[in-house]
Amino acid sequence: MRVIVPLQGVVQGKGGLFWGSVIPCALFYFFQLYFKNRRHHHRSPPPPPPPPPPPHHSPDPEPPGSDKLHPHHVQVLPRSLSRILLSPRSPAGPAYVSGRATSVARISADSPYYVGLRKAAEDPYHEVHNPHGVIQLGLAHNTLSQDLVHDWIHQNGTTAILGRGIAPYQPLDGFMELKLAVAGFMPQVMEKPIFFSPSQMVLTAGATSAIDILSFCLADHGNSFLVPTPHSPSFDGDIKWRSDIEIVAVPCRSTDNFNLSITALDRAFNQAKKRGQKVRGIIITNPSNPVGKLLDRETLLDIVDFAREKNIHIVSNETFAGSACGSKEFVSMVEILEAEELDRDRVHIIYSLSNELSVPDFKVGVLYSYNENVLVAARRMAKFSALSAPTQQLLISILSDTRFVQKFIEINRLRLRKMYNTFVAELKQLGIECTSSSGGFYCWANMSKLLRSYGEKGELELWDRLLNVAKINVTPGSSCHCIEPGWFRFCFTTLSEKDVSVVMERIRRISAATKSES
Amino acid sequence: MTRTREPESKSKTSSPSSSSTGMKLIVPLQGVVQGRGGILLGSLIPCALFYFFQLYLKKRRRSNDKHPSSNPPSPSSSFPELPRTPSRSNLSSRGSLTGVRLSRLATTISDDDSAYYVGLNRASRDPYHKLTNPDGIIQLGLSDNTLSLDLIGDWMRKWGSGGDDGLSINGIATYQAFDGVDELKLALSDFMHQVMGGSVHFDTSNMVLTAGATPAIEILSFCLADHGNAFLVPTPYYPGFDRDVRWRPGVDLIPVHCRSADNFNLSMTALEQAYSQARKRGVKVRGILVSNPSNPVGNMLTQDMLYNLIDFAEDKNIHLIVDEVFAGSTYGSEKFVSIAEILESDSEYIDKRRIHIIYGLSKDLALAGFRVGVIYSFNKNVLATARKLCRFSSISAPTQRLVTSMLSDKKFIQDYFETNRNRMRQVHHEFVDALSKLGIKCAKSSGGMFCWADMSGLIKPYSEKGELELWEKFMSIAKINITPGSACHCIEPGWFRICFTTMSLEEIPLVIERIRRVVEVCKSSS
Repeated sequence: MRVIVPLQGVVQGKGGLFWGSVIPCALFYFFQLYFKNRRHHHRSPPPPPPPPPPPHHSPDPEPPGSDKLHPHHVQVLPRSLSRILLSPRSPAGPAYVSGRATSVARISADSPYYVGLRKAAEDPYHEVHNPHGVIQLGLAHNTLSQDLVHDWIHQNGTTAILGRGIAPYQPLDGFMELKLAVAGFMPQVMEKPIFFSPSQMVLTAGATSAIDILSFCLADHGNSFLVPTPHSPSFDGDIKWRSDIEIVAVPCRSTDNFNLSITALDRAFNQAKKRGQKVRGIIITNPSNPVGKLLDRETLLDIVDFAREKNIHIVSNETFAGSACGSKEFVSMVEILEAEELDRDRVHIIYSLSNELSVPDFKVGVLYSYNENVLVAARRMAKFSALSAPTQQLLISILSDTRFVQKFIEINRLRLRKMYNTFVAELKQLGIECTSSSGGFYCWANMSKLLRSYGEKGELELWDRLLNVAKINVTPGSSCHCIEPGWFRFCFTTLSEKDVSVVMERIRRISAATKSES
Repeated sequence: MTRTREPESKSKTSSPSSSSTGMKLIVPLQGVVQGRGGILLGSLIPCALFYFFQLYLKKRRRSNDKHPSSNPPSPSSSFPELPRTPSRSNLSSRGSLTGVRLSRLATTISDDDSAYYVGLNRASRDPYHKLTNPDGIIQLGLSDNTLSLDLIGDWMRKWGSGGDDGLSINGIATYQAFDGVDELKLALSDFMHQVMGGSVHFDTSNMVLTAGATPAIEILSFCLADHGNAFLVPTPYYPGFDRDVRWRPGVDLIPVHCRSADNFNLSMTALEQAYSQARKRGVKVRGILVSNPSNPVGNMLTQDMLYNLIDFAEDKNIHLIVDEVFAGSTYGSEKFVSIAEILESDSEYIDKRRIHIIYGLSKDLALAGFRVGVIYSFNKNVLATARKLCRFSSISAPTQRLVTSMLSDKKFIQDYFETNRNRMRQVHHEFVDALSKLGIKCAKSSGGMFCWADMSGLIKPYSEKGELELWEKFMSIAKINITPGSACHCIEPGWFRICFTTMSLEEIPLVIERIRRVVEVCKSSS
């Protein structure tokens, strides 16, 4: 106890209590400080950008008079000489790239979702030119009825794009004419007389940007959203990368047919809260991606109640609204809010015009919100993802041709249904069951029988075999954050009917190989 | 242990005196201290108490921080009036009382009202039209070029009637790159080659295409700096930078003041000073953001200045972002030098990875509504990330095809540039001339779409307040919207940015007449 002996003297001396309390406190405080500093050192990114080398000022201040005297010489000769002198100090290491940039690059580099997309893009299957290429089933597009739109454009010529000519200054959140056209188009898509107000719309370059803008509006850095899983694999990129918002998974299971339950929501919310996370909202996808489930009226009302109770936002992602075609009825959030006087301020809806029109590369998203403040902020942020005038003009022309739109919606729905039925039936013949779906562009298939080991590892191994051996790119359930291994997402809307049999043949090979092993 | 015994008796005698001096509160503690546990407990207990005290303070501070932001940002959020169904009505009383909270950013964004945007809005609500609204506000606050819009219109009509519908080319089925199709990149690289002096080759693999130059700047800010880092920006600067760089990327802008005495040219001393001051404040500077030709002044960075900037960036190990959206909109005697030219001619000695160029078609080709912007960078990491972030601001396919065919029409582009340059020169000359007859001098400029006019003689008091008062007079008396220097963060009051490319030659007398009214009001009142 020798070390503290001096202290003891103080404690029991005259100063007594006072010193006896202050001195340990001070010591303890410094001790804490020391620890804090150490921890900081540990956490800070590996090497802080190398300190700039001592500035060599000698050659630097280019004598400003000299180039006035010999303008030509200065530009050519002395420059390069001085540069050689300078060069050894520049490789002080590359300039710093922001931490968030590095993490974006790293995350997406090794996620199977992006790896697969890239691989399929590099070596795309073509019936004639590249029969051994990779067939792409990992997209989120519908190109089944693309030909109709292209025919329309062909017939109406490019005059459709010129419309009223080009005006110099336009609102960045979309032309009023286009908003009006969308307000007329959406009820047609949903086959219901729902009222959409153009003044509540912000048009963006794709639904992705709409989600991005909403994330920025509704949550701060490090806050979180509840998202039922399995969810779209691109949410990670849409929400986490740039707006830096956490996703709290609300797991849905195959035993419930992947339907969302409020109990699960509640549990996830409470757990997140216990961990100290601030939950700011819930993102629902209806019809869901990847499973293709519709949320019925009662569930939607329950979600609204849940959100009100917790005082959080609801983002309803209805980008597949037009593809709902099962026996069940598709109920839009708008319908619910219009029908009953509810607390609307917290509800924001996202549509994708390009999905509905089967022209994915037009990239037109619609943000529909009931919150005036969100709309103000979103309109201002729209400048970072504004739609181009020719595209808007073209869309106005297409949408105002009501006869065409009617026909298009009908044919597109038929083709979707037919393709879905064919695809599911063929998979069933291979012994692969899909969940029953009522919308969306996907089959959600249970391939757990083909796994060599039941787990995420086995799933990724199967995915790898499908991609590299069978040459089809599908999305593994783990990319959709599904908690049960062995589920895969097949996007069937970019295939032609001929392609289906090729796909099945390729899956059969894998499944035969797996069976012979066991 | 014998040592502890002895002082114990001593302290016992001293205890009554200490307790009498108002230490009653800690008396139980005293017992412990001087009891058996002695030193150990005597140190532990105060430590623990102190620790909890700290914890308490911390908590308090945190909840204080939260309070202002948790205020309902929406006064409009009305309480649901009619309970929906009996079973739900009891729920409605909780939760929704405060209204749902938005992010801090959304609140900042809705409150952000600089004179620049206020003016744009007011002018767009009551726009001047020769016949239908002759008393409306003339919009001179934009950076649009309508001088040669007729040429673009003609080309589009010809293209449209030619039956060559480039729109329905079916190249979509495969995975669409977010950062632009290769055909457009190729066309753009040719176009930029032509615009930037014809000596530079632009590599398409260094390009990322975005929906306008605005997202290009935003994406670069995301890539080059983290939240709370900063860029150096010579003032006066483009008022939009505040939104592009500050809002979502959260990067700060540190002004480097340029003065009228140097015709608002950048000085390296000022740059050095701003840098070291920022460092002293503990701010991490990650780059320099310059526009060339500058917006609003319209002067150009000389070749020497560009070299100096590169040296500076290398010296401090920071990035250099050059916004060259006005590269093709030059009309003056100074020659425009693109930084790409320097990189090409002196490539061996420069670390290209820290240099990034921003370009767009809105200004040079007057295609503002088309939203085509370019990030041209030599940094592989930045390019990779920018490509990923492009998913939030990609150009739609019809536009890409339309622009590709337009840019591939070499003859049209050539004609356009010639005509446009002549018209700009003419209007600029006429307008500056007329202004000087009113006693208003403009800074010397050779590019861009603006006159940077000195109206400090008309403001009273000589301050930002006087400047905004004069701006208000322009709005209400003269009914023209121009941009006050304070919106461009100019350090000297009394300068105004006037866009001359949205008026035709015939409109100049009208605009001048309206300005004269304000000049007379100011003169008569003084």
